[in-house]
Amino acid sequence: MKMPAPDSGVIARRREIVDRLRAIVPGEGVIVDENELRAYECDGLTAYRQLPLVVVLPSTTEQVSRVLKTCKEMGVKVVPRGAGTSLSGGALPLEDGVLLGMGKFNRILEVDFDNRCAVVQPGVTNLGISNAVAHAGFYYAPDPSSQIACTIGGNVAENSGGVHCLKYGLTTNNVMGVEMVLMDGTILRLGGKHLDQGGYDLLGIITGSEGLLGVVTEVTVRLLKKPATARAVLLGFPTNEQGGDCVAAIIGAGIIPGGMEMMDKPAIHAAEAFVHAGYPLDVESLLIVELDGPAAEVDHLIGRVEAIAGQHGACYSRVSRSEEERLVVWAGRKAAFPAVGRISPDYYCMDGTIPRKALPLVLQRMQEMAERYSLRVANVFHAGDGNLHPLILYDANIPGELERAELFGADILKLCVEVGGVLTGEHGVGVEKRDLMTHQFTETDLEQQQRVKCAFDPDGLLNPGKVFPVLHRCAELGRMHISGGKLPFPDIPRF
Amino acid sequence: MTISTFRPETAAQAADAVRWALSNAEPLEVLGRGSKRGLGRPVQAAHAIDLSAMTGIVAYAPEELVLTVRAGTPMAEVQALLAENRQQLAFEPPDLAPLYGGAAGEGTIGGLVAAGLAGPRRIKDGSCRDHTLGFEAVNGRAEVYKAGGKVVKNVTGYDVPKLIAGSFGTLSVLTEVTVKVLPAPETSATMLVLGREPDAALRVLTQALQSPYEVSGAAFLPAAVAARSGVAAVAGAGGSAALVRLEGFGPSVTARAAALRDELGCDGVLDAAESAALWAEIRDVSYFSAADRPLWKLSVPPASGPAVAAALQASVACELYLDWGGGLVWAAVDGGDGAEAVRAAVGANGHATLMRAPESVRASVPVFHPQPAPVAALTQRVKASFDPAGIFNPGRMHAGV
Ligand SMILES: Cc1cc2nc3c(=O)[nH]c(=O)nc-3n(C[C@H](O)[C@H](O)[C@H](O)COP(=O)(O)OP(=O)(O)OC[C@H]3O[C@@H](n4cnc5c(N)ncnc54)[C@H](O)[C@@H]3O)c2cc1C
Repeated sequence: MKMPAPDSGVIARRREIVDRLRAIVPGEGVIVDENELRAYECDGLTAYRQLPLVVVLPSTTEQVSRVLKTCKEMGVKVVPRGAGTSLSGGALPLEDGVLLGMGKFNRILEVDFDNRCAVVQPGVTNLGISNAVAHAGFYYAPDPSSQIACTIGGNVAENSGGVHCLKYGLTTNNVMGVEMVLMDGTILRLGGKHLDQGGYDLLGIITGSEGLLGVVTEVTVRLLKKPATARAVLLGFPTNEQGGDCVAAIIGAGIIPGGMEMMDKPAIHAAEAFVHAGYPLDVESLLIVELDGPAAEVDHLIGRVEAIAGQHGACYSRVSRSEEERLVVWAGRKAAFPAVGRISPDYYCMDGTIPRKALPLVLQRMQEMAERYSLRVANVFHAGDGNLHPLILYDANIPGELERAELFGADILKLCVEVGGVLTGEHGVGVEKRDLMTHQFTETDLEQQQRVKCAFDPDGLLNPGKVFPVLHRCAELGRMHISGGKLPFPDIPRF
Repeated sequence: MTISTFRPETAAQAADAVRWALSNAEPLEVLGRGSKRGLGRPVQAAHAIDLSAMTGIVAYAPEELVLTVRAGTPMAEVQALLAENRQQLAFEPPDLAPLYGGAAGEGTIGGLVAAGLAGPRRIKDGSCRDHTLGFEAVNGRAEVYKAGGKVVKNVTGYDVPKLIAGSFGTLSVLTEVTVKVLPAPETSATMLVLGREPDAALRVLTQALQSPYEVSGAAFLPAAVAARSGVAAVAGAGGSAALVRLEGFGPSVTARAAALRDELGCDGVLDAAESAALWAEIRDVSYFSAADRPLWKLSVPPASGPAVAAALQASVACELYLDWGGGLVWAAVDGGDGAEAVRAAVGANGHATLMRAPESVRASVPVFHPQPAPVAALTQRVKASFDPAGIFNPGRMHAGV
């Protein structure tokens, strides 16, 4: 993975940069010691590491604004960071860049049940929000598996999802407003406790922008009342095809479950060996369907789901009858990643989305690739929305295996695009999928996106080297070549 | 005055028309079928690009929850197709054509996305932007490009579909859109709480929205507005009506209605047919469609809805009602355009749009909420990043945008 060539001039000015940052953020808020910098050298994509030039940990919006303005003046790049759990390398530091850690923004500013929202600082963890409102029976719906650790600022940047996002939406559907700072230090407020923005949906483009457009310093999130009940049905199928058909039939029947997760045989076996959830081992495909809502609804839908499963060849069915049993049903799925970690020294988690109907084909082609690359793969799948998480098993100590795993992963993502899907459903492009972007988008598509970047950060100083495979200067992107003066295509229907 | 109208049948033809406009420095008015021409600032353009010939369903897979259609496809056709498959656009798109003197069912899906509107279910299922998954369009450089995707879950690249939804044709000419579609509810019911003052009514709505019963509509009609409803139980109530809608599977609606009836102290329950008729009125602002009064839409924090409404009524003669649990105020103003009063009532906590007014008023009063300087500057730069020469719908949203 090639990052933009470090600017030796900037590296040579490190002392001056540190001094100017210290004038803004006093004391321990500026980190220069190499041992301390190590803590920031990578995010959840641990294969890529780089010590930052310096780390700055501001604690007020005004400090963030001054840091960014100063860096812009000095022509220094900035990489924002929340908890560093990104799986795509979005928070990977730059040798010639300032790492801007948002960890000190860790306060919940306001909980407003009458308006069903909370105003929080970006360094608050995802679960921290739900915990703060749980006493009143509320929660924040998007629930990435990393929710104990990841921050809401990181969630906004990645537009993170979770197992419940089929029914309750991704981050973007649950964020009502932000305060943010542009690279030139400008502080903006978008949205708030009211709905929509009354102009362009700038909040919509910020969400999922992977820290390339601005630094989020405050977030207003929507709160929901917890569903009265939730029950899970565990279903086993003799083939992946039948499992996939069952998912389609459930949705076709008008049912949008709270969660609908699928695992393939290798994932089932790894999970069962790890947590002993009582998963059947003689099935090819395991489906968890969680229904939530009022008890009357849940009971009604459980019956319908069981009937649909029967019609689609389910050979195993178990319905949770208590909260404990529901948690057991989920235990294997929730532990799937560490379970795979137990049977392999390393694993590489992929994140493509496909039209669900392509599932059997994709699984079959993936198996062929696994054989070609001599690597194993286990699949967990957000089945409701087609978001696939193939886990590629490898051993980093065996020379060449990491590279093979990466090539395998890239082939899987290209396959996702080929069947009509996309490169990433929730983990983001970051550095990981950057060079695959041309498989999904044309040069023109990517240039238009980069022009949007220019509107926010014309010097390209905020988190460069992520998302876009080729960095163009804004001046170059802004040029327009129009010739003529006459209507060149007179055959357009006109009246 | 429109001198000529391009009516492309393909994206390539649309790009040709834009290239012509660009090379002649001629702005274009961007039209679906023109049903919302009365919404926004008047556009000064001698030429128009009309997408109404770009029709047809490109791909529809109900069980994938995704629909791809060409931008000029009439909404009536889209909705009929979805209804056949017991699906819907969950954001409950309003049909505002009658507000501007048109017939119901006139709009196109491209126009809907460009206007970014949503109905009463906005509080539960989000707005148009939440369901706009991807698109193909021509930008102001005459380039055909795409953004987003054709699957329900996607974070690859910037979420440009969000930005396009609600951009009123000022950023690009949409040629194809992909939207998320969801199952239509099996049934619905509406709880009535009658005769409450606005503050007390808001407490009812808030209590319902704080319950776990997945309320999908929460509105308040003051007595004079309620009296105009076509639903007998509402019109005949003889006072104001607070309304709470439940939707979903039969047994679920029955159970939730029973629970809420007690908790809210309801005066009655509307069945599915009455409920559908009532929420269509609320969604389409039918109560204010007849008269030609300036019509405002105010989006504010829901709990402050009654206070905003009271402040507005204290400074200008108007009729209004609340939707979105108090967060949406529809106000029809008598005497003058009401702009100052409306914007003072909203303050910094929301925004107000002049949804209908004579052209001269829309030319002189900011139709969209005035933006703080840094947001206005960013808005200008975003506009230029798509349409550097400013040829699409110039000034439709703000002067210069
Ligand atoms: C075990 C595990 C499980 C996971 N499960 C899921 C899952 O189920 N669903 C899912 O969607 N993701 C999942 N993730 C990925 C990750 O947790 C999410 O992407 C998360 O949102 C990242 O948050 P963070 O605070 O760690 O951000 P970081 O990793 O620190 O940063 C992520 C990106 O956000 C930017 N950023 C951070 N804070 C800000 C800010 N305040 N302003 C602007 N930009 C900012 C960074 O520059 C970077 O580009 C998982 C990760 C792990 C390790």
